[in-house]
Amino acid sequence: MVAKFELNDDSVVVIIGTGAGGGVLANELAQKGIKVVALEAGGRYLPEDYINDEWDSFGQLAWLDARSTSGDWRVARDFSGLPAWIVKAVGGTTTHWAGASLRFQTHEFKAKTTYSEVQGANLLDWPIDLTEMEPWYEKAETKLGVTRTGDRTGLPGNTNFKVFEAGAKALGYKDVHTGRMAINSAEYDDRMACQQTGFCFQGCKWGAKWSAAYTDIPRGEATGNLEVRERAHVLKIEHDDSGKVTGVLYADKDGNQHLQKARIVCVVGNSIESPRLLLNSASAMFPDGLANSSGQVGRNYMRHMTGSVYAVFDKPVRMWRGTTMAGIIQDEARHDPSRGFVGGYELETLALGLPFMAAFLDPGGWGREFTTALDSYENMAGLWIVGEDMPQESNRITLNPDLKDQYGLPAPNVHFDDHPNDTAMRAHAYKQGMAVYDAVGATRTFPTPPYPSTHNLGTNRMSENARDGVVNKWGQTHDIANLFVSDGSQFTTGAAENPTLTIVALAIRQADHIAREMGAGNI
Amino acid sequence: MTVQTMRQGMTRRQLLSRTVATGATFVIGSGFIAGLDAAWAMETTALKPESMATLIQMARDIYPHDHVADEFYAIAVKGYDTAEAAPDIEAGIAALDAAARGKGHASYLDTGWERDRADILRAMEDSAFFQRIRGGLVTGLYNQKAVWPLFGYEGESYSQGGYIDRGFDDINWL
Ligand SMILES: Cc1cc2nc3c(=O)[nH]c(=O)nc-3n(C[C@H](O)[C@H](O)[C@H](O)COP(=O)(O)OP(=O)(O)OC[C@H]3O[C@@H](n4cnc5c(N)ncnc54)[C@H](O)[C@@H]3O)c2cc1C
Ligand code: SF4
Repeated sequence: MVAKFELNDDSVVVIIGTGAGGGVLANELAQKGIKVVALEAGGRYLPEDYINDEWDSFGQLAWLDARSTSGDWRVARDFSGLPAWIVKAVGGTTTHWAGASLRFQTHEFKAKTTYSEVQGANLLDWPIDLTEMEPWYEKAETKLGVTRTGDRTGLPGNTNFKVFEAGAKALGYKDVHTGRMAINSAEYDDRMACQQTGFCFQGCKWGAKWSAAYTDIPRGEATGNLEVRERAHVLKIEHDDSGKVTGVLYADKDGNQHLQKARIVCVVGNSIESPRLLLNSASAMFPDGLANSSGQVGRNYMRHMTGSVYAVFDKPVRMWRGTTMAGIIQDEARHDPSRGFVGGYELETLALGLPFMAAFLDPGGWGREFTTALDSYENMAGLWIVGEDMPQESNRITLNPDLKDQYGLPAPNVHFDDHPNDTAMRAHAYKQGMAVYDAVGATRTFPTPPYPSTHNLGTNRMSENARDGVVNKWGQTHDIANLFVSDGSQFTTGAAENPTLTIVALAIRQADHIAREMGAGNI
Repeated sequence: MTVQTMRQGMTRRQLLSRTVATGATFVIGSGFIAGLDAAWAMETTALKPESMATLIQMARDIYPHDHVADEFYAIAVKGYDTAEAAPDIEAGIAALDAAARGKGHASYLDTGWERDRADILRAMEDSAFFQRIRGGLVTGLYNQKAVWPLFGYEGESYSQGGYIDRGFDDINWL
């Protein structure tokens, strides 16, 4: 039975956003008997609604509200209004995500200690470590059904993987496999096995890939403790004279505004909207925005050092067939400064359909150099680079006074400059990625620039001391005890791994903490 | 590409006989443009037919695929044939022709070598007109489902049960 709570019920936990962080947190709290209202800006789409078509799916699911960009990243030039590729829907970006689910490495929780001083980088150690996170990672892997963890077997390799694997082995790489994926290799948790349809980014029509949209959210609703209000866009978080948050103002699908009271508010809008909401909630008491005594809200925006390598062969590959990202080389993920940079990177298989390939292979490119590449689309293989980027204070989300969203609120500006460490790592990764394909006879390779950000991190970072960050080790804001952040904006540093498993593990852990603190009467 | 302004009502044979067959599109009389092989035809309402023909050539020169017929480029740019878009497009085409004349050609369409046309485009690459046409083509051309098979791309696969039994790991040359 789906719950329905009153607007003036101030005993509920309000969760803003229902993606990887919010969807999981909502279910975990509901399972513990806690009453939750989850407000989601997007609509509800389920496997039968997903579309096996790149642009149609993008139009259906993407967050397309006004945003602006600045900085030296190429996205600011090629996709100036689309800094990030994020979903606006119940389930958030877990509809689009590819499912790569990796734990962080030990040293990545201690970036400052391990990398020491990196000029221009605002490095900090996480206030938690891998040992503390291990049990939560295990719960997250079980929830998501991650392959190659527990007793779950790996996915079979598709054509794109076979090319990648052969190249990797020829180059001497050892740690090469079809990934740890939140995609069923066999039936699991009432969801079927992957049918190799090859549209993982467009929403899995079989439900083989984990998405909060059809797992955690309906399960939370089934407890009778969770109400998900879709097409409910939160505009502002309200507080009282004591500085505690008291509720949130949101616009419904018709633009009518409502105030939902709350005992606790959890901000989980992904790393652009979450800091924006805190900044847009500025008041006389908190003129710089909520939870911003450190001045770090919106800063240290990270997007992972990314890039892609595509390669053309003299024979067909048909990389679009099968799982989009089930393939990984982990040998370069270690920290080894002898390569000329700190931190490491993963290489993961990636396939785009023809429409997205045309848009992303070399944005702005034209003429024969460009089109002869696409002429060989059928003979193409591809990989994605994902590595640790350096947090920088000046890479940040700010409110753009000249650009307003559909509610008249200042839109976010996303400023990003590559750090020299990012640039050095990318150059190394391009070289290695191209070598992988050259080793199996590529006739041409393409070091493809980063896409609009799919991983958005760090803008409300976790810190031991209140002066260094926005939230404590539980994701609770240093300044306001009943205000939490539950998405990737908590990340103190980015690590080399795709972030979602860590977001989910932190959300499960945070639910435990919130329940405990509520029980103790502390919040 | 050869463009001729023709009287209306000609038969295909007459058209062919009057056209120097080095290209693929030509303009037929008032507001009508057709493929030389008569495989397709489109009417223009707001743009001059010559301008539409130039636009189609420009589209091909921006994204030249020798195995993709003009028809698909025509579909990709036909959206500019509106009263709203026409003034800017006509101005852009006029600038393109002026640039061609500056290089000693009668018009953009009369510039024989792709290399020379590409040079003309390269010089105006940063213009709003060029960027509008190029940007529009990214989806206008490559998102046509009828174009996909020409590149081998198979599109939607769910209705066929994915590739689990249809070659997801089918590679024999490694
Ligand atoms: C194409 C693609 C592939 C990816 N592949 C992987 C992968 O393989 N592995 C991996 O680890 N990660 C992957 N990611 C990243 C992953 O999707 C994100 O890390 C994850 O979804 C982030 O979770 P989140 O809860 O922070 O935000 P989201 O999942 O983005 O959810 C945020 C939700 O909040 C809502 N919201 C925002 N603001 C408001 C507001 N003001 N009011 C109400 N609702 C609001 C949004 O509509 C959205 O539904 C991928 C992402 C993309 C785009
Ligand atoms: S390839 Fe597998 S996981 Fe991806 S969309 Fe298809 S069935 Fe789902």
